[in-house]
Amino acid sequence: MTAGPLRQRADTTVDDAPAPAPPRDDAGRPTDAAPAAQADASSAPPGRYRLLEWSLWLLRMGPGLILIVLVLVINGLTPLFLTPRNLGNVLAQTAVISVLAMGQLLVILTRGVDLSVGSVVALGSVAGGLVFSRGGSGAAVILTMLAVGLGVGLINGLVYVVGRIPHPFIVTLAMLSIARGFALWLSDGRVLPGMPPAVQTIGGASLGRLPLSSLVVAGLAVAVFLLCTRMLWGRWIYAVGGNPDAARRTGIPVGRVLVSVYALSGLAAGIGAVLIAGRTDAGSPNFGTLAELDSIAAVVIGGASFLGGRGNVGNALVGALMIGVIRNALNLLNIDAFFQLIAIGVVIVVAVQSDVLRTHLEARFRVARAARS
Amino acid sequence: MTGADAAAAGLGGAPAIAPALRITGATKRFGAVLALDGVDLEVRRGQVLALLGDNGAGKSTLINCLSGVHRLDSGSIEVDGERVAISSPADARDLGIETVYQDLALFDNLSPAANFYAGRELTGPRWAPRSLRFLRRRDMSQATRDLLRRLEVTLPEFDALVGLMSGGQRQAVAVARAAAFASKIVVLDEPTAALGVRESRSVLDLILRLRNEGNAVIVISHALDHVIEIADTAVVLRRGRKVGEIVPTADNHSEIVALIVGGAA
Repeated sequence: MTAGPLRQRADTTVDDAPAPAPPRDDAGRPTDAAPAAQADASSAPPGRYRLLEWSLWLLRMGPGLILIVLVLVINGLTPLFLTPRNLGNVLAQTAVISVLAMGQLLVILTRGVDLSVGSVVALGSVAGGLVFSRGGSGAAVILTMLAVGLGVGLINGLVYVVGRIPHPFIVTLAMLSIARGFALWLSDGRVLPGMPPAVQTIGGASLGRLPLSSLVVAGLAVAVFLLCTRMLWGRWIYAVGGNPDAARRTGIPVGRVLVSVYALSGLAAGIGAVLIAGRTDAGSPNFGTLAELDSIAAVVIGGASFLGGRGNVGNALVGALMIGVIRNALNLLNIDAFFQLIAIGVVIVVAVQSDVLRTHLEARFRVARAARS
Repeated sequence: MTGADAAAAGLGGAPAIAPALRITGATKRFGAVLALDGVDLEVRRGQVLALLGDNGAGKSTLINCLSGVHRLDSGSIEVDGERVAISSPADARDLGIETVYQDLALFDNLSPAANFYAGRELTGPRWAPRSLRFLRRRDMSQATRDLLRRLEVTLPEFDALVGLMSGGQRQAVAVARAAAFASKIVVLDEPTAALGVRESRSVLDLILRLRNEGNAVIVISHALDHVIEIADTAVVLRRGRKVGEIVPTADNHSEIVALIVGGAA
């Protein structure tokens, strides 16, 4: 879970009133570096206020809690789930969604959406397969996949920003079609078997039970976390999502920030292509079908808001894992595969409903606190 | 006014100090609409100027030209006696002009410190390209905390998101942000429009503090009693023209209203 400055809890109050300060039992809650000057000088809050605080805290922890509950329930239903071997499988199966979700998160933070990532995975894998079939080295194949992803993402961003298309939905919907079309055309609609050892290792090998691909996910997660919470560019991504007009008026290069998130989402799709091509030892124009929807679902389940400026890497990964866990568990329990779709749909609605509830409670919280101060 | 005297004394009592801001013949046209028609005004350091007028009188256009959102078609802007060209918000800020917009231009999803430094974040290391630099979060947080203390602004938990604050607190953050970076001129568009009595009070105090620190302050407001209280002079606009300049007092209240609506003219 990431608790950066952008998602600080708002639970203590500083008042002028020199009222006696009974310490409140806020132990264990993430209050990041609040010095003594922040001493809480409010009298004990009424019960309703406390209840609001609690509900908000629960909702913000939401995705993580739901995942834990889910894991416990599944563990009760089948002993096969919590085994090292199966957990390794879950991680390997969620690697691609996780990578795509991190790219998608950056886009959604800016109020956008990238529908093309699934097709870009396919196009990247096909391009890599073609390079390999012409004798390209492992490095050449990997670089090709990454470059295709980055390039397509850059085109998405530039067409959206420079072309002043009203919504990125349209641009990336078009690219969903175009990239898939190119993938089918370049491969003649066929699977291109064979990938160089380097790609196979990254996408398919394991350290003990731990798939290497999950290390790629972890490394990328650290990078995106640093970008989002520690770096100037990440701050600007949140600012652009939070209030694009204000961002413009404060001199933030809004256009460049927007282009960059689509480029990074494309790059993530390129990395996704490496992972899936390595795992299956092939390039295929059919890879990544509907993966864009999985990645969006993961980000949304992770509590990011389509209204922008809100969401974090940790929760997006939890969202991706939740999708993986549900699929895996339904397989283990021999439940009809069709039911997976229904289950994931229900989870999306529940997650977004909790986000709506959170927004509502935050408004109430604000009123309640204003009344107290 | 005391603030003006203090500012003059601080500058060694030079006999003729150029005003912090002088606008001459400001004209701006939007299509067929003449939004500003040869407006002149002058503000000195330590002085509060109220910009009055009915809706559509040209107040917002004038301050948008000052803050770099629009550009004047003709006319000149002088800052400290030097003619300047303001073609972007960044230009205005570089000249020491800070604007508090009516919509506040806050980032609800960020903390007060992040809002303060939006677009001018403290970063490092210096050798890295700017966009790849890391935020100096502690420095920004400390500086924000110090400034809020200096301005006597109290907030609920300092790291809370701005979106979770009350209207008055949000207004205070926006005004304090302008105060933090303004070196000469602060422009406020309807700073008390959405506030209750107590919240208005603290924002007005904040404005007076900005003045006492030697800033030239321009305030757009419809609340005449606030104007009478804080403004040293009031410029009245009507349909893009300056129709009067007056020292607002409790006694000439009705005269000001007449100027604004044009009834007695």
